[in-house]
Amino acid sequence: MSTSFIGTSPNRVGGIDRVNGLQEYVADIRLPNVLEAKLVTVDCARARIISIDASAAMQVPGVCLVMTAADLPQPMPRFGPQNEDRPVIAVGETKFHGDPVAIVAAETKDAAAEGARLVRVEYEELPPVFTVAAALDPAAPLVQDPSLRGNDPLASTNVLHEHRVGWGDVDAAHADLVVENSYSFPMVTHFAIEPHAFMAAPDGDGIAIWSSIQHPNWLQKIMAKLLGLPLAKVRVFAPDPGGGFGGKQHTKYEPLVAFAALKTGRPVRLILTLDETFQAVRRASCEILVRTGLNTDGKIVFQDIKADYLIGAYTDIADRVVGKGSYPGAGPYNVPAVRILARSILSHTVPSTAFRGFGNPQINWAVESNLDEGARALGMDRLEIRLRNLARKGDAFIPFDTPADGHWDQAVRRAAELIGWGKPLAPGRGRGIAVGIKSGPTTGLSQSTVRLLADGSVVVFAGTSDMGQGARTVLAQIAAEELGAPLGSVTVVMGDTAVVPYDQQTSASRSTVLMGNSVLAACRSVQAQIRTMAARLHGVDESQISVDRGVVRMPGRNLTILEILKPGLGRLGGEVIGNGEGRKEAEPGHPLGGAPAFFEFNCTAVEAEVDTETGDTTIVKHVTVSDVGKAINPLQVRMQDEGAAIQGLGHTLMEHYIFDEKGRIRNLGAIDYRIPTSMDLPLEIHSETIENADGPGPYGAKGMSEGALLCVAAAVAGAVREATGVFIRDLPLTPERVWRALNERDGR
Amino acid sequence: MDNTLPIEFTVNGRRQAIRVAPHHTLLDVLRDDLGLTGTKECCLVGECGACTVMVDGRIVDSCLMLAVEADGAEIKTVEGLAEGAKLTPLQQAFLDKGAVQCGFCTPGQLMAAHALLAENPHPDIGEIQEGLAGNLCRCGCYYQITEAILAAAEEGVR
Repeated sequence: MSTSFIGTSPNRVGGIDRVNGLQEYVADIRLPNVLEAKLVTVDCARARIISIDASAAMQVPGVCLVMTAADLPQPMPRFGPQNEDRPVIAVGETKFHGDPVAIVAAETKDAAAEGARLVRVEYEELPPVFTVAAALDPAAPLVQDPSLRGNDPLASTNVLHEHRVGWGDVDAAHADLVVENSYSFPMVTHFAIEPHAFMAAPDGDGIAIWSSIQHPNWLQKIMAKLLGLPLAKVRVFAPDPGGGFGGKQHTKYEPLVAFAALKTGRPVRLILTLDETFQAVRRASCEILVRTGLNTDGKIVFQDIKADYLIGAYTDIADRVVGKGSYPGAGPYNVPAVRILARSILSHTVPSTAFRGFGNPQINWAVESNLDEGARALGMDRLEIRLRNLARKGDAFIPFDTPADGHWDQAVRRAAELIGWGKPLAPGRGRGIAVGIKSGPTTGLSQSTVRLLADGSVVVFAGTSDMGQGARTVLAQIAAEELGAPLGSVTVVMGDTAVVPYDQQTSASRSTVLMGNSVLAACRSVQAQIRTMAARLHGVDESQISVDRGVVRMPGRNLTILEILKPGLGRLGGEVIGNGEGRKEAEPGHPLGGAPAFFEFNCTAVEAEVDTETGDTTIVKHVTVSDVGKAINPLQVRMQDEGAAIQGLGHTLMEHYIFDEKGRIRNLGAIDYRIPTSMDLPLEIHSETIENADGPGPYGAKGMSEGALLCVAAAVAGAVREATGVFIRDLPLTPERVWRALNERDGR
Repeated sequence: MDNTLPIEFTVNGRRQAIRVAPHHTLLDVLRDDLGLTGTKECCLVGECGACTVMVDGRIVDSCLMLAVEADGAEIKTVEGLAEGAKLTPLQQAFLDKGAVQCGFCTPGQLMAAHALLAENPHPDIGEIQEGLAGNLCRCGCYYQITEAILAAAEEGVR
């Protein structure tokens, strides 16, 4: 029997509800008796809260609750995936523009909004720090109370953590040429079209929580600890998020909503506005200083990198972003000496969190751009310098880490071919090429259950969140393949911690690999039981039977699983149940807690045209080639890569937070913060994959979905450089910024 | 004090006579009063297109239209596209071409695409991109959405 589902692109499982308007996101679920909630904030980046007067708000008909820090357990419960530094609600001082001081719950949205407007907050505005320089000033106010930071020697500074990685001797290395430049990467936000939504309801002697969250099990753990409940008494419902991109990984306002629900004894829901999501999640901005040592033959001798990531007021997962994102910062090259210092710097800004690429795009922007500048100084081709230094499969390019796990040069050569590297260019146009790498999951556990029902149909229980990447479809394809079921008879159940087995998280492009392996293992368990049935039914020794990809192979004949299942189950029917696990074990000695299960590797090449009158950049052609091991669903892979590429064009060309002098975000919302529309696309896009079936996932798959974003900025800036002769080292490359650089070039 | 106003309109072919608050938008009323949650709420300023519906045959950001302004109108939402279990060629093309990822913008994209095809049954790529420029997709399915609309237009010819 042929491999019928793997490497094919059936329609998205669950897709019909998405085109009929029947897919239920959190905001679409309406519990009887639910109260609508609204946050109360103050209009500055940092304030000392003097008093909060709820009396007028409580007079509004329908308002049931105004909850402030004073109404919560004392001391204020704190939480966070890394450090438990985030209060359920601001206590004493607000730390960023949008940090809530109260929550109002009312019978209607109107009443909640009116109540929130009438909560009278008396506060004293305090000076905030919202740039790297201000945060590092010795006289700067401390963002976090040192008492929260234990014995941390940096506790009396705004540096939360310093991450150092390196090998070889940078200072002793001799280089023919040293290229040193500073680069900056802006604060950008996820802008999922579904704003974050949270709901909580008392549930017997426990609590039920609905959230548009990527990691329901992690939320369950945090809520159980905060509320002093057993895990089994915290039930998290996690309907498919309407886009996540990392911004929905971790707990945000679920604790606040849960306390409000427990206080009122009623369901309470909080649906953020898009503007409020800007104040809930963002990517860390970054200032990077790169010194690249090169020899005249183009070999990289050393990379000396300092990256200051401006994280927010509370850690969230930001420090992990900095540590993990900077670790492979020297890129997928064999570099004999590397020194990377990456710092997580606290500021009075929105807590930064995971965002597609997880800390890598910032440092990649600088290191890849600097390599371009080095190539130009050496008079060397930018493609050639990359190929000359690129790690080959098996190279320990980061000592003591996972060796290079793909034929990455194939991706680079293919991208160069597709963009027409080296061919003549029309006037006003330029090409750029860059490579990106990102560590996959360094630890992980995904458990699953597969039930083969009496008629041969299948139910898969998997805790992955399908936020658009298509995990449900891929998992269904694996189960259908292994159990010989039509794809249309496979159901995948997700998003309910009381029903679905444990999954650590949906992040780091892990699900096809870890949950895929888990579902594969659960199918193997089912297959083993089918084999036992076959042996019993046909009087053949089990050792002579194999079950694989839906086929039961016995001496002299092959049968389908269904042909064994029906007589095997007998008159009572029933079902066959298999459990599986996908693991990435921790390695305690490793600085990241473990070496990555795989790398995401991508090469992006673009051709751009710059309008010298306006500074506007048009991407004429965008090529993105990712090493994915095996595309289980090629169309979904293409969608992920193109989506990542377009998202990368956002931070490259247009997206950035704008602050006023008080640290308030001036461009909250869709009018003043632009993301790519259908009018901002590359005129042509080509996304391709390299598939050598050399990944750790099912059928040789690697994780993918972030790779195509990693190096977009450097590729575009390289093209702009070639088109105009100007290097721009600050993102985004807005028309204004490009126009100014052109004027400077021309001495205008 | 009841300050609601009576309105009558047709939603997906069904006559509705309801009372609405004068400041509530069509989006509020569709989602909260009629339970038609297929129409999505995102930016509330008419920029993202997630709340796109058809009003008397023209697309409207329902977050920008007061419900009382829809008095007497004929409204079509994403729930009104398919006939029973039968998807429209456009809905089917969205699935076939991979124009749906997270799905949150999809209802708005579909409504905008339906309106475009009604007005221009054979749009070219530029016309499609311009016609749907008001519908954001952060998953970045824009190329697939265009392919789906081209395929549905093709289907219309056959």
